Order: sequence, then structure tokens, then C-alpha cells
Amino acid sequence: MANTLFDKIWDAHVVQEVKEGPTQLYIDRLYCHEVTSPQAFAGLRARGLKCFRPERIYCMPDHNTPTHDQDKPIEDPVSKAQVDALAKNAADFGLTHFGMMNKKNGIIHVVGPERGLTLPGMTIVCGDSHTSTHGAMGAIAFGIGTSEVEMVMASQCILQSRPKTMRITIDGTLGKGVTAKDVALYMMSKMTTSGATGYFVEYAGEAIRSLTMEGRLTLCNLSIEMGARGGMIAPDEVTFEYIKGREYAPKGEEWDKALAYWKTLKSDDDAVFDKEVRYDAADIQPMITYGTNPGMGMAVTAHIPTTEGMSDVEKGSFEKSMKYMGFEPGESLLGKKVDYVFLGACTNGRIEDFRAFASIVKGRKKADNIIAWLVPGSWMVDEQIREEGLDKVLEAAGFEIRQPGCSACLAMNDDKIPAGKYAVSTSNRNFEGRQGPGSRTLLASPLTAAAAAVTGVITDPRTLM
Amino acid sequence: MKQKFNIITSTCVPLPLENVDTDQIIPARFLKATTRDEKFFGDNLFRDWRYNPDGSLNKDFVLNNPTYSGEILVAGKNFGSGSSREHAAWAIAGYGFRVVVSSFFADIHKNNELNNFVLPVVVSEGFLKELFDSIYSDPKTEVEVNLPEQTITNKATGKSETFEINAYKKHCLMNGLDDIDFLVENKSKIEAFEEARK
Repeated sequence: MANTLFDKIWDAHVVQEVKEGPTQLYIDRLYCHEVTSPQAFAGLRARGLKCFRPERIYCMPDHNTPTHDQDKPIEDPVSKAQVDALAKNAADFGLTHFGMMNKKNGIIHVVGPERGLTLPGMTIVCGDSHTSTHGAMGAIAFGIGTSEVEMVMASQCILQSRPKTMRITIDGTLGKGVTAKDVALYMMSKMTTSGATGYFVEYAGEAIRSLTMEGRLTLCNLSIEMGARGGMIAPDEVTFEYIKGREYAPKGEEWDKALAYWKTLKSDDDAVFDKEVRYDAADIQPMITYGTNPGMGMAVTAHIPTTEGMSDVEKGSFEKSMKYMGFEPGESLLGKKVDYVFLGACTNGRIEDFRAFASIVKGRKKADNIIAWLVPGSWMVDEQIREEGLDKVLEAAGFEIRQPGCSACLAMNDDKIPAGKYAVSTSNRNFEGRQGPGSRTLLASPLTAAAAAVTGVITDPRTLM
Repeated sequence: MKQKFNIITSTCVPLPLENVDTDQIIPARFLKATTRDEKFFGDNLFRDWRYNPDGSLNKDFVLNNPTYSGEILVAGKNFGSGSSREHAAWAIAGYGFRVVVSSFFADIHKNNELNNFVLPVVVSEGFLKELFDSIYSDPKTEVEVNLPEQTITNKATGKSETFEINAYKKHCLMNGLDDIDFLVENKSKIEAFEEARK
């Protein structure tokens, strides 16, 4: 029988089908950060349980970590307590822990792939919706709640209903200034934030194949913003080349064996998906969001939609969103003043994102009205930035590089956008208050963020390329 | 063990907004807690909609309107989108809601509600619209959610719909059992699986 990539990996991990219930699925990797794990560890303690397979669990703080002075104690006592709790829990339960200032620390979804912990064919979960990122390596990876984290700790399994499958094919070649982030924002603007709910998505087509590994990670990261359980891309030479030689990747004979298996990980030609969607790369422009969910996006040169044809509930939600953002239906955003620029997050905190940002700011200066936070996704990214001399380019243009972490993406540390201020952010969510109470977020690619950073206003990055 | 679920009849709190994300249900700054204190999370449910920036009550928000109360929250489609934070389900449970009714739920949040013995009930768009109308014309409108029969009834109109839930999860909710009890009892199966794939 013809199978999809998803079917192949899922079926290889089924422990049993629960009668009239979900599937008991074996999990190869559990990633834990400090925010969604303490209550799971407490649950294990209350039940007198240990971690069933501690060697499959990797922990690191990322949400609360400050992006400066990480060698000093965290100033916020509540953040410090949560970060310390993860270190203690990892030690008590015998788990691998990459603490702050450890060179392996960073945002968990950046670290997993770059250290070779995330591999094709795996099942991966984490108490974090952006776990979908890891699907870019050809894995089934999805976010779970804390009760489910406890479940996996206790049994290395999860009970989960089998999602439906969707293939999104993007034909053609991406235009100048159009990145993986724009592809994702475009899809969300077409499908809405619930368009893929209930589905696991496989991305295919020429435009996807031509993406770098970093671009694929960005794309899969944003799958959850369309409601999908996860997104995945069949591993190919780009994937294998990326993994080879990484710290935790298989070596020698193990590598040959793994590679032979990974090469079987693709949807069969006649595999049937529950839903097929196609887009043309030529229709995708550099994108920006104007509202308070990631589906409220448009080409940076376009105009905000009007309420014409909306139902009462839709109209109510839309108007609430416009009021929050301080925008008028029908208006263009080009030339609007911006206050903050944030480059980073599990979405766009990788080396390629810093290269893109630097390519725009090179030979230009940061606009005076802009406060910019440039936050590498990990210490490894930070090291690459310095090796490539991007730090010099950025510093010459008036930017400073901060220390790794989730930072202003959800503002659990000090990096908060003040109420009423506009931030062009390369992160993943523009929800009300996401970057700090009252903050106004416009999601965009690193190129568009850089264009705003040097001009001080919303700008089509193609005009600076 | 959690409170067992059977039949709930209650008035409703209407929240006719779409795409209510978990950042609104419980903002990130409340996720720093290391304990599962449902009262703390419940007190901060919809925090930034319930309170003005100066800390005063936002009188326009439904939770601050004494006209509406009950154990059932009725919300627009795509409820619980975004972050996987289970704190959102803890906040809903901690506030005292036992059922959330919507025409569409985000996947992760739906599981989180079920794992916290809050029942997400998916109804048709038509049923939802009529339910909002009923609640607004009479805030005393009661809804009956019958888990054994898998039905939801708008008592103002008498209209009823069936809803889906898998038999395993239904059994868990009705008997106060959770998935960890089930999985831990299955260790030999897990070990056999590990052995077979070596």
C-alpha cells in the first residue's frame, strides 16, 4: 500500500491502538524547557515515578533567560526560580541539561537540529507548540501540554489520535526578497490560523526543495500558526548534508545505516493525502501582518482588508484587532513609523536569518527612532555570526548582538515591547500583548525587519536590495 | 483523582470572539509558576481583558458582568489557538468552568482541556449562533451537557446536538482516570516495542 511520509514514521512508532481510543505512540525524543515542565516533574514525584527513558530527554532553559549578563544570576527572582527548578529536576531525574552559559544552550528548537539531536524518522515532542520546527528534518514533531509531558516522562509514550494528512505543494521559484517566512505568512493569510487544524502537513514542491535547512526549519516552525499539529519535509541531500558531522548525529557505520533508512523517508508516488493544497511561488511577495493573529497578513505593499462581506462575529473580532493595532481597514502600512525591531526566536534566530539581516544593513545605519534587539537562537549561532564577521557588519551599522534565548518573542524575560509601541518582529505570534502588555507586533521576515530597522518605517525590503 | 464528569446543567458565559488564543486565556508572564495552583491561574484567566492596564476592572468584559455566570463558557470558533501552554486549561478549570462550547477548537488546547477534566464541546455554527442569541435574550438560559449520551441541549429553544468524543477519553472523564495511569500499567508492551525495533 502506498504511504505518506507521515504514515511511514507514525506506523513505525505505534506501540498499540487503544480500543475505541487514541494510539499509543513511542517517542524518540522529549525536549524540555523550564516553563512547561515543572508541574510534570511534580506530577512524577507525587506518583512516585521516575523518568522511564532518561537518556531520551534533553532539557534547557530558554524562555526566561535574559539576553545580557547571562554569567550573572537572573535578576527576576521568579524567572530565576523557574530556571533553577529545571536544573534541579534534570539532576534529580538523571536527564541531560544544557544550562545557561553552557555552549550548547539556546532556544530548544534551534539547538535540537544544530546539535544533531533531531534526526529524520524520529518522533519528537516538547511542551511547546513550536516543536513543529523539527519536522523540517523529516521527523514527526509536535507540541504537547504539560500533562502529556508527564506522560512521556513516565512511559516514553503518548496517547494521541492520528491526525489527518495534508500536502501543501508550492510550485515554481521564489522571487527576490521572498523568504521561507514569507511563504509561511502567505499560506496563513490564505488558510487562516485554523486552516490546517486536525492535520499534519507535508510541504512539497520545487519552492520547498530549494529552501535551505534553515528556511525549512522556519517554515515548519510556523505550521502550528495554521493550526496544524505539525509540518514536515521529506529529508533529502540538503538535510543529510546539514546533519553530517553534527555532535549527536550518527557516525561511521551508524551513519551509513541511518542514511540508508532516511533515504526511504518520502511519500510514495501514489500516496493519498486527506487534503491537497497547491500554491504558486510567483504569487508570494514579502509579507507583513497587520492584525492580532498570524493569519492577518498581506504583501508588505498591499492594503489592509475592509470589513465588507464579514459576518457579525468576524467583524467584531476584526474591529477589535484594528483598534488594538491602531490601524484603519483599507490603509497601507508602507511608511508607517516603527519603534522596535526584533530579530530572533525559534522562527528566525538562525545563522541564515542574521546573514539576511546583515545583507540589508550593510553600509547603512540603524534609524534613530528604532530600538533593535538582535538575539541569536543559540550560542552556536552566535559563534557562527562572529566567525563570518557579521558582528562587525551589524555593529558598524549601529546594532548590538544580544545573548541567546526566546527573548521578546513572548517577553518572559526583560525584553518587553512597551504598550502602544510598534515592533516589526521575526517571531511567530502577533497576539495581543504577546511581546509585552499592550505591545503591537507586525510579523515579517528578517529582510523586512532589517528594512524597517534602517529606514525607521515599514519598507519593502526589495527597494534596498 | 479529578472531579468525575457526567451531566452538567448550567447557565453560560458568552465570549463571541473568534481565534481566542492561549496568550489571551493566560498571558505568558503568569507562566513562571512552578506549581499547578489552579486558583492562581483561575484568578488570572483572561487577565488583560479582565483588567485595565492600571489594574482596575474592565467593566466591559463579560467576566466582570454579573449578568452572566455559570460553568459553561461559550466562545467563537478556533478557541485556544497558539501556544501549547496547559496553564490555559488550568486557568479555565481554576476559574470554575467545566465545559467550553465552540464550533472549533485548536488541537493542543483541546487535549489540554480533556486532560484537566474540562469538556470541550464542538457544536455546529448554527447551534453556536443560536446559543449566543438565546444567552443574550435571556442570560438565565441553561444548557445541558450530557456526557454519557454525548448531547448538548439549549434549554431555551430545546434544540439538541450530539458531540464527538472517543470512547476511551469518555471513560476517563466519567471515572476520573488519566492517561498516565493507563500508560504506566502498559510498561511491558513498551519494553516489547523497544526490543522489537532494535
